[in-house]
Amino acid sequence: MFKYLFAKNEDIPSGSAAVFFGFSSILWFVVGTGLGSFNAAKLAFPDFVTGNEWFAFGHMRQVHVLAVILGWISMAFAMAMMYITPVLGNTRLWSEKLGLWNCLLWNIGLSLGLTLLWAGIGSGREYSDFIWPIDLYVAVFIALPLAINVWMTILKRRVQGIYTTNWFFGAGVFMVIIVYLTGNLPELFHLTGLSEAYLTWWFAHNVLGLWITPVAAAIAYFTIPKVTGNPLYSHRIGHLHFWSVVVFYSTPAAHHLMSAPLPEWLKSFASVEGVLILVPAIAFVSNILLTMQGKWYMFVESLEVRFTITGVLMAIPLNMQGGFQQTRAINWYIHGTGWIVAHAHLALLGFSTFLEGAAVYLGLQSLMKRKLYSLTLGNMHFWLLLIGFSIYWISMTIAGLIQGAGKIYEVPYIDVVIAEHPYMIARWLGGTMVFISNIIWLYNMWMTARVGTVIPAGRMPHELAYER
Amino acid sequence: MNFREYKIGARMFGFCLGGSMCITLLMPSFDFRSANSTEVALDKQLSAGWETGWNVYDPLMLGKNKPLKVLLKADPKTGEAFKEAKFAYVYNPGTPMPNAADHPGNLGGTVETLSREKGKITEFNKATGAVYLIQKDGDSLYVENATATKGWMPSDVMGKAADGDIEQVGKGKTMFVREGCWWCHTLLPEETQDWQVFGAPPYLGDFNGESPTAFGSDRKAPDLLHVGSRNSSKEWMMLHFFNPRLVQPHSIMPRFDYMWGDKDANGQAIDYNKWRAEYNEYHEGKRANPPEVPAYAKDSEIRSLIDFMLSLK
Repeated sequence: MFKYLFAKNEDIPSGSAAVFFGFSSILWFVVGTGLGSFNAAKLAFPDFVTGNEWFAFGHMRQVHVLAVILGWISMAFAMAMMYITPVLGNTRLWSEKLGLWNCLLWNIGLSLGLTLLWAGIGSGREYSDFIWPIDLYVAVFIALPLAINVWMTILKRRVQGIYTTNWFFGAGVFMVIIVYLTGNLPELFHLTGLSEAYLTWWFAHNVLGLWITPVAAAIAYFTIPKVTGNPLYSHRIGHLHFWSVVVFYSTPAAHHLMSAPLPEWLKSFASVEGVLILVPAIAFVSNILLTMQGKWYMFVESLEVRFTITGVLMAIPLNMQGGFQQTRAINWYIHGTGWIVAHAHLALLGFSTFLEGAAVYLGLQSLMKRKLYSLTLGNMHFWLLLIGFSIYWISMTIAGLIQGAGKIYEVPYIDVVIAEHPYMIARWLGGTMVFISNIIWLYNMWMTARVGTVIPAGRMPHELAYER
Repeated sequence: MNFREYKIGARMFGFCLGGSMCITLLMPSFDFRSANSTEVALDKQLSAGWETGWNVYDPLMLGKNKPLKVLLKADPKTGEAFKEAKFAYVYNPGTPMPNAADHPGNLGGTVETLSREKGKITEFNKATGAVYLIQKDGDSLYVENATATKGWMPSDVMGKAADGDIEQVGKGKTMFVREGCWWCHTLLPEETQDWQVFGAPPYLGDFNGESPTAFGSDRKAPDLLHVGSRNSSKEWMMLHFFNPRLVQPHSIMPRFDYMWGDKDANGQAIDYNKWRAEYNEYHEGKRANPPEVPAYAKDSEIRSLIDFMLSLK
């Protein structure tokens, strides 16, 4: 990588930036889920590694969250954008050099931010935990160069139209910059009180709703037609998906604070808008599943399709939960419980991770022109990830329901802690399976780069048979 | 961008996102601005100070440059005893002033007017410090800058205050943020339940000037907004922070023994390894009693955190 940083743009092999982003993202996924597993162990066994601030739960919890969001998910997005945007425009990435610098600065900034956070040096605002200099760094050196590369690649495309995936990519990188700068106004201009509390959740909502959810969906709009060879079922439904995300899903931020003394009109408005997430969700899921017509055997045979469709299927419970759990009728019961933790993992580790996983598998094989080293290891990755996640999700959902019951009947809190203990152990086991699956994945992709069968020019990786 | 549709689309996109930000950011900001500070909010912002998350005055989050909340029993100038003891918020020279001082608009309504006119809140000098009081005028509250109105200097107040009357709330709130207490303990009893055990939910004006509010979202432990009213025992807090399993065998809270620092209240070095070994023996049933928890030094981090806990009434 370093030898290309100061090379001429034309001399850098096409796809270099995407490959480095791909491996970075897997590495951060290993780090992030490792931290998650460690944190879960501490919730199950509080005296496991104790008496040291560097291994205290309160110091590590947010490092797990941001390593996964900005390391794994967002870098996998960058990888997907740098691979898919040029492919859809029948062109090269606008600047490989900018992409490589972007990757380097991203890794440096994220490592610095997470180290500070680990030491406890943060803003005290969930999801926007980074101190404001790091927030500005994220906007200017992480999001902006990515955005410029994506926009310029779209503008310099050599096809007439812009495909669905690229609308989402182009809009997503724009919205994430806006969200970062606006959501951190309390830190940049020292806004206090309820404005600070509300903007914290405005940021948290929109970084998920306007960055992670639409960009993950955009990846599926590429992967499924590309690998199955079927054209997208409906361009029109894609339009409906895109515009309903922009119009509806940018508004329900206040539904994260249904119990706080926010204006009642704002909570009611947010709650109604929140139910409308079902519009983009149903549009997306139906569009992708209908695109699969006649190619369902690939759900079994192709790893990329299996990952994508699993993620798309998880969007169904995800959005059913998401649409309804934020209404007053349900929110009072499950607010602030493990149910929400389970839901957040369904969004990021279920829905989104499986879609990005497919993109990283497909993108790395295509760009390195090497067939996946081992299908067996790929299958192990898939099943350990899916089973580990399922154990986590089910145990946390049950724990959340117990906690909700304890909350409304106001039982002594310690009884809730005792009742949740077995589910905390299950959560740790599930999380550890996810961690192990990612180590397997990293090994598999590394071996693919080293010894994977070379894909002949003009062929796609899914056209070759698996060998191991 | 060769198609007319893309130009229309880009404009529509800007219109939609702008409209959404207008509804979700601009419109609520009018409501937030109209909130008048309650007494809770005044106490919180004066005792915690300008900012308790990361800021340039406390870059390592050690609780530097924070105000002190001091219980006054007599007038620090004349020595005349008060009928009722009251709290003064002491900003020693160089400490950043509370948000109310440079942005009185945050206080809202009559609180702002009275604080400006009667309380002389804007007449402060950071270099010499200031002493603030919460005062009542009939039913209305306001903040008084006693340095401007009465000539009370921080040194006057601090010179007469016993250590037991000083609460390091601002430093304690910084510890609360830095140590991530709020990842498990919320500061937000919910409106639909929680009244009996965790107490009343906060009001609209309870947060003016506070930053960060640190509500917490993922409750894995009791809400702490009113913890000082439920349990005001420093001894219990001390045992519980050192090792929560001493007072609550089923607790999953981490140990915060490292916040005691190197030395105890008598200046003796704390032997953590010995303590942990003895505790393990107790845990395994080889000892009848757990080892004694060392008393914390008065400038230790844990002292400020306990002060902050007890201030949450």
